[in-house]
Amino acid sequence: MAGGTGGGETIMATREFTAHETHAHAAPQGFIRKWIFSLDHKVIGLQYYFLALTAVFVGMFLSLLMRIHLIWPNITLPLLGDIKPETYLTLVTMHGTIMVFFVLTTAPQGGFGNYFLPIQIGAADMAFPVLNMLSFWVTALAFVVMLGAFFVTGGAPLHGWTGYPPLSAVQSAGPGEGAGADLWIISIALFCIGALMSALNFITTTLDMRTKGMSMMRMPLTCWAWFITAILGLLAFGVLFSAGILLLLDRNAGTSFYVPLTVFSGQIVAHKGGSPLLWQHLFWFFGHPEVYIAILPAMGLCSQLVSVFSRKPIFGYKAMVYAMLSIGLLGFMVWGHHMFMSGMSPYSAFAFSIMTMAIGVPSAIKTFNWLGTLWGGRIRFHSPMLFAIGFVSLFVSGGISGPFLAQPTLDIPLHDTAFVTGHFHLIMGVASIFGIFAATYYWFPKMFGRMMNESLARWHFWLTFVGTYCIFMPMHYAGMAGQPRRYSQFTELHYLEKLIPLNTFITFAAFVTISAQLIFLVNLFWSMKAGKKASDNPWEATTLEWTTATPPPHDNFGGHPPTVYNGPYEYGVPGAPQDFVMQTDPRTVAAH
Amino acid sequence: MASYTHTATIEDPATSTGTTGGSPPAWVDGGDDFHSQPLDARLRRARLGLFVGVVGIVMIFVSFTSAYVVRQGLPTFDSRTNSLVHDWIPVRLPKLLLMNTFVLLVSSITIELARRRAARNAALAQVASIPGVSIRGDEKISWLALTVTLGLLFLAGQAMAWRELAATGFYISATPSSSFVFLLTGMHGVHLVGGLIALLVAGVASLLHRSAQSQLILMDITGWYWHFMAVLWVYILVLLEFVR
Repeated sequence: MAGGTGGGETIMATREFTAHETHAHAAPQGFIRKWIFSLDHKVIGLQYYFLALTAVFVGMFLSLLMRIHLIWPNITLPLLGDIKPETYLTLVTMHGTIMVFFVLTTAPQGGFGNYFLPIQIGAADMAFPVLNMLSFWVTALAFVVMLGAFFVTGGAPLHGWTGYPPLSAVQSAGPGEGAGADLWIISIALFCIGALMSALNFITTTLDMRTKGMSMMRMPLTCWAWFITAILGLLAFGVLFSAGILLLLDRNAGTSFYVPLTVFSGQIVAHKGGSPLLWQHLFWFFGHPEVYIAILPAMGLCSQLVSVFSRKPIFGYKAMVYAMLSIGLLGFMVWGHHMFMSGMSPYSAFAFSIMTMAIGVPSAIKTFNWLGTLWGGRIRFHSPMLFAIGFVSLFVSGGISGPFLAQPTLDIPLHDTAFVTGHFHLIMGVASIFGIFAATYYWFPKMFGRMMNESLARWHFWLTFVGTYCIFMPMHYAGMAGQPRRYSQFTELHYLEKLIPLNTFITFAAFVTISAQLIFLVNLFWSMKAGKKASDNPWEATTLEWTTATPPPHDNFGGHPPTVYNGPYEYGVPGAPQDFVMQTDPRTVAAH
Repeated sequence: MASYTHTATIEDPATSTGTTGGSPPAWVDGGDDFHSQPLDARLRRARLGLFVGVVGIVMIFVSFTSAYVVRQGLPTFDSRTNSLVHDWIPVRLPKLLLMNTFVLLVSSITIELARRRAARNAALAQVASIPGVSIRGDEKISWLALTVTLGLLFLAGQAMAWRELAATGFYISATPSSSFVFLLTGMHGVHLVGGLIALLVAGVASLLHRSAQSQLILMDITGWYWHFMAVLWVYILVLLEFVR
C-alpha cells in the first residue's frame, strides 16, 4: 500500500489557511443551493457522475434484454413479456443512445473533468459557474426526455443511435417513430446545448484560469485531454444540433431535407427530393469526433495513472500532447469511413481510408509511450493502475481492428456485422468505461475522503476485464462468419446455426460481467460510508489536487491559490528527498 | 537525466492572471462586492468565453451552409418522367429584407454607443464615488433601449418578410430552396432573441445599480454578440441572394 506520507511541507502549509476571501461566491449553506442547484464545480462534477451512473445501469439492462432475446427469441420475460422484433430495435436504439451520450460523453468529461480540471490547474472554480450549473441541468433534462420516449404512444424509436432517415424522418415509418422519435431528437438537441455550454466553459477555464506558474506545458495530461475534448465538442455538437433541427423540421413542418420520394407501408410519403445522405454526412461529421470525445479523457487519465503508479515520468510528455492534438484534428477528416456502403465515390472512399489509417500513427505513439512508461518502472498494482493497464489492453485490441474497417474493400463484407459491434464496443465502449473506473478508484479518496476497498476492486477488475473480452472478442468471429448486426433474430437462419453456441457463450459472459458491476456499486456506496480514511495524498502523486485538503474546500485551496514550479510527472528524481516532487515544490527539477 | 537543484524559477504563463488567477468573474454569481480581481482580467475572461461560444454557433451555420450548397446541386428522382431532375427553384427574396438589414446595422451602431458608455461609466466610477465630485453624463438617450427597440423592429420585419414569402407560394415546405430560407432566417432570429434577452438582463442590471464594472462586462459581451449577429445576418443574406 502506498503509505499516507503526503506531499511533505506543501500539504502542511495549505492546512493552515482557512480564509475564503478570494473566492467569488461564498460556500452555500442550504441543501438545495449546496447539492441541487450548486455552482460549485465539484458538486456539479458529482451530479454528472451520478447521472452517468444511473444511465449506465439503464443502458446495461437494455443490453442484457437484447442478449437474452438473441439466444432465446421466443421466451416470455416476467413483467416485460415478449420481445417483438420492433421492441428489439427499440432496445438497440436506446442502449446505444443512452450509452454514447449519457455515459461515455457525460462521465469522463462532465463528471471528472468538472471536478478535477479546475483543481489540477489551481483554479477556484470553472470560469462561468452559472453556465456550468445550466449545462448539467440541461443534460439532466435531456436524459429525462430521452427516458420519456419509452412511455409515449408507440414507445421509443427504432432507428438506432445513428437515426438514419427516412426511417427516423417519417412519423408513420414504425411504431416508435411517432412521439417517441420526436422526444429522442429533442433530447439529443438539448444534450448538444448542454455539451456546447460545457465545452465553452472548459476551454475558457483551461486558457484563462491557470494559476501562477502553470504553463500549458506543465498541465497534467488529463487537463490536456479535457481541453482537447472540449474543443472537439465545441466543433462537433453544433453540427449534430443542426442535423437534429433539420430532422425535426422534416418530421413536423413538412420539409424535405432528408426524405426522398419514397413509399412506407404502401403509402407514398408527402415529401420529395430530400437526401438521406445529407443526414449521414452531418451526423458522422459529429459522430466520428464523438468517438474521440469519449476516449480522449480516458487516454489522458491513463497517461496520468501509468506515470503515477510506475513511479516514472511519463514517456514523451510533449509527444503525448501532440498525439492527442493530431488525433483530434484527424478525427474531423474521417467521417466518410462510416459511409463506405452509401455509394460514395471510390476516390472519396480512398481519401477517407488513408486519413483513417493515419490516425493509427498518433494512437501508436500513445500506446508505445504508455508501454515505455511502464518499462522499467517500479509498478504499484493498485486498482486504478489495473484499470489503466486494462485500458491500454482494450485500446490495442479494439484499435487494431480499426485499420481493417478503414479499408473500403474489407469494410464492404464486414459492414453491419457483429465484427463492427465488437470493434467499437472494445475501443469506444469498454475502453472508455475502464477510464471511468480507473478515475473512480483513483480520485475516490480525494472526492469522499475515504479509500475504496481494494480486494473488491480487484474482483471487479478481473471479472470485468475477462468478462468484456469474452463478450466482445467472439463478436469479431461471429461478424466474419456473417452474423448481421441489429437483426432481432438469427437462430432460424440456416447459415448462422453454428453460431448459436458462440452467442450463448456471449450472453452468459454478459450476465457475469453485468453482475460483476454490482460489486463496484456496493464498493462505491459502502466505501463512502465505511471505507478506510484516506490521507491527502494516498497515491503519492504530484499534481495539485493532492496538495489540498480531502475533500477539497469550497474554493479548492482554502483561499491561497497554489504556485506551480514543476511539471506534473516528476517521479524518481535523483537527489530528491522522496521519489516524487510535488508541482508546488519550490525546489525545481532541472530539465531532463 | 534529471537533477534536483534548489534554484526556483517560475515561468509566468502568458494568460495567467497572476496571484488571483483562480477566481471566476463575479458578475456570473451576482457577487457584486467582489473587487479582488482586476477589471481587465474579468473582461478578458468574459470575452474569451463569448468568442468560444461564437465558434460553437458558427459551426451550426457552417453545417446549414454546407447542406444548402450540397442540396442545390443534387438531382432528385421525378416519378412522372422516371428520371433525375433538378428541382431547385430560386427564391426571390422580399425587398423588405434590405430594410431589415438596415435596421439591424443601425442597431449595431447604437449598441456600440451603449457599450462605450458603459466603459466610460466604469472608468469614471472611482472618481464619482469621491464626495463632492459629480460626473455629468450624456444620459439623455438610452442607447440600450434604442437597441432593444431596433432589435424588435428587425424581428417584426423578418416576420413580415416570412408572410410575404408564404403569400407568394414559398412557404416552408413548398420547395427545398424556401425550406432553407425559412431555416436560416429562423435560426438567426432565434439567436437574435438570445441577444435581446441578454440586452434586457444588461438593462435590468443598470436599473438595479449593479457595480459599473459588472455592467460593463455584461454590456461588453452582449455588444460583441450583437455585432456577431449583424455580421451573421449579412452573411445569410448574401448566401441566400447570391448563392441560389
